[in-house]
Amino acid sequence: MSTLTERQAVRYMDAVREGIAAEMRADSTVCLLGIDVGSSGGIFAVTRGLYEEFGAERVRDTPISEMAFVGAAVGAAATGLRPIVELMFMDFVGVCFDALLNQASKLRYMTGGLLEFPLVVRTQTGAGRSSGAQHSQSLEAIVAHIPGLKVVMPATVEDAYALMRASIRDNNPVVYIENRRLYGRRGYLPADEEPLPIGQARIARSGRDVTVVAWSRMVEVSLQAAETLAAEGVDAEVIDLRSLVPMDIETVVGSVSRTRRAVVVHEAVVPFGAGAEVAARITEEAFGRLHAHVGRIGAPPVPMPFSPPLEEACIPEAAAIAIGVRKTMAAS
Amino acid sequence: MALHAQERTGLVDLFARMSLIRAFEQRVSSLYRASEIPGFIHTSLGQEAVAVGVCAALRDDDWIATTHRGHGHCLAKGADVDGAMAELFGKATGLCKGKGGSMHIADPRKGILGANAIVGASLPLAVGAALSCRMLGSDQVSVAFFGDGAVNQGAFHESINLAAIWRLPVLFVCEDNGYAEFTDSSTMSRRESVSALGSAYGIAAAAVDGNDVEAVLAAAQDSVDACRSGEGPFLLEARTYRWQGHYEGDPQNYKPTEEAEAWLARDPLLLARSRIEAGGLAVADELDAIVRDTEDRVQRAEEFARSSPFPAVEQVFTDVHAD
Repeated sequence: MSTLTERQAVRYMDAVREGIAAEMRADSTVCLLGIDVGSSGGIFAVTRGLYEEFGAERVRDTPISEMAFVGAAVGAAATGLRPIVELMFMDFVGVCFDALLNQASKLRYMTGGLLEFPLVVRTQTGAGRSSGAQHSQSLEAIVAHIPGLKVVMPATVEDAYALMRASIRDNNPVVYIENRRLYGRRGYLPADEEPLPIGQARIARSGRDVTVVAWSRMVEVSLQAAETLAAEGVDAEVIDLRSLVPMDIETVVGSVSRTRRAVVVHEAVVPFGAGAEVAARITEEAFGRLHAHVGRIGAPPVPMPFSPPLEEACIPEAAAIAIGVRKTMAAS
Repeated sequence: MALHAQERTGLVDLFARMSLIRAFEQRVSSLYRASEIPGFIHTSLGQEAVAVGVCAALRDDDWIATTHRGHGHCLAKGADVDGAMAELFGKATGLCKGKGGSMHIADPRKGILGANAIVGASLPLAVGAALSCRMLGSDQVSVAFFGDGAVNQGAFHESINLAAIWRLPVLFVCEDNGYAEFTDSSTMSRRESVSALGSAYGIAAAAVDGNDVEAVLAAAQDSVDACRSGEGPFLLEARTYRWQGHYEGDPQNYKPTEEAEAWLARDPLLLARSRIEAGGLAVADELDAIVRDTEDRVQRAEEFARSSPFPAVEQVFTDVHAD
């Protein structure tokens, strides 16, 4: 594969691949496992070219056996490799959940720190393509709820690259969640060769009146909503959380302390979602400064419908976010 | 531990290792019943020959992953007896600083990835360890210990298949003790035997008398050698019997008395002892001395565990994440 040069515009999916490739070139213990990740380059072509560059030993096609290959990645991480394992759709976590729930997340703690798990579980979500209820779920709250895992959700091309590199270098199990509707977005790889530390939020848009906290694809949708609101005289600050675990609550609280209002936006269903955690943390740390309760915007608690108009009604879009922000403004 | 006859023969050494597990498990059972050890305890009494026979075929740098009934495997692989006992007590001096306990006892410094409280979890972990061995260019092997109950888990099927297609150096050791928790395993599957499944996955398999430590060692050595030379994986079925319940306190009303008595008569230590004495490898007094030594060793471990401190409360928050 050709090495991409700095400042060449690339797609989000290329940035994911380039992040993997950069670390595989730097460290021979980094390997990639998953269904069709090898010679066929993955169902979304995210890993295309890696097999050709690094070979069949390091880029391994697996059977459709997530329990075995995610579990094996955990065992390999404990014994000297730095595996990246692809879970093709995050919905499939159900068939291999033990590897995350009871093994990767806990074995370091249960061995008193004797074992380490430098493991990346890369997966993707993204409703809006009529993929049906078993291929459309944003399940970040499920993994973020398990102590011992880190949860990274890049929103931009630059972050997809830098956070992938950071995730591979991290000595902890990291669930790295892409959004497939971002795969075609174009941007630039970061000029800085140092990986971005995991756990630093980014102020994607500065504003005075309300803080919108989002991650993954909801960052760009929130930015669209912010433009609509700006035309109405509401100046929204948009924070890209970048990772749920660890969560940079300081940046969020710093923003809310200025704007005194907050709305959390995610693609996942609202009840028991990560937005509830963000709202609770804001309330705990900045209650006295809030002019209104923290708003939450996300999908309704239904399985994601197949039919396009039904599905569209379940995904937060800019108009819905603008409505939610207006409610928060009106409540204060 | 003084192994008086170690230099004479491997069997006496194997007897000593089994005696250590026997003494450890018997003492742990008593301590648990006296409420001195918290949590759950699953002893491996009656199954010592499998742990000792398999681990005697391994090097220090080979990996094992085991089950909720894992004390014996850990001791056979070289886990420190003091550290093991202290771990069961939840003490700071335990192998895992008291954060794992009986079901999670581990010591990677001895190649022990740990006991595991999820039935079937040892298999994918061992496959991953074998993948590391392969990709890092070493000739280490890994062993997954699991019970007959785990054979009915999807992890068994998926793991053996994955190891088979990648020809990984994994020895899958099924300790068939006849019972999956409270249930007679023969009622939960129509397979003829676990080893018969090997051909279905295109891998070599064998069945062995799991109470005959020499037979286990011979079978394990053959399969470990095969794995080391790139001919893995291998499935080894060791038929044995769980003397005690699924866990300490299990009333065991599901076990026929005559069945339990028949297996007690096939005690792996008694079998080894009679073979040692018949072969003139050691005399009864020497073997009795070995047993006393192992009991003393366990007694010292108990004293070590008792006198050790509990972890400081600050330890709640350490070891969750690596730096």
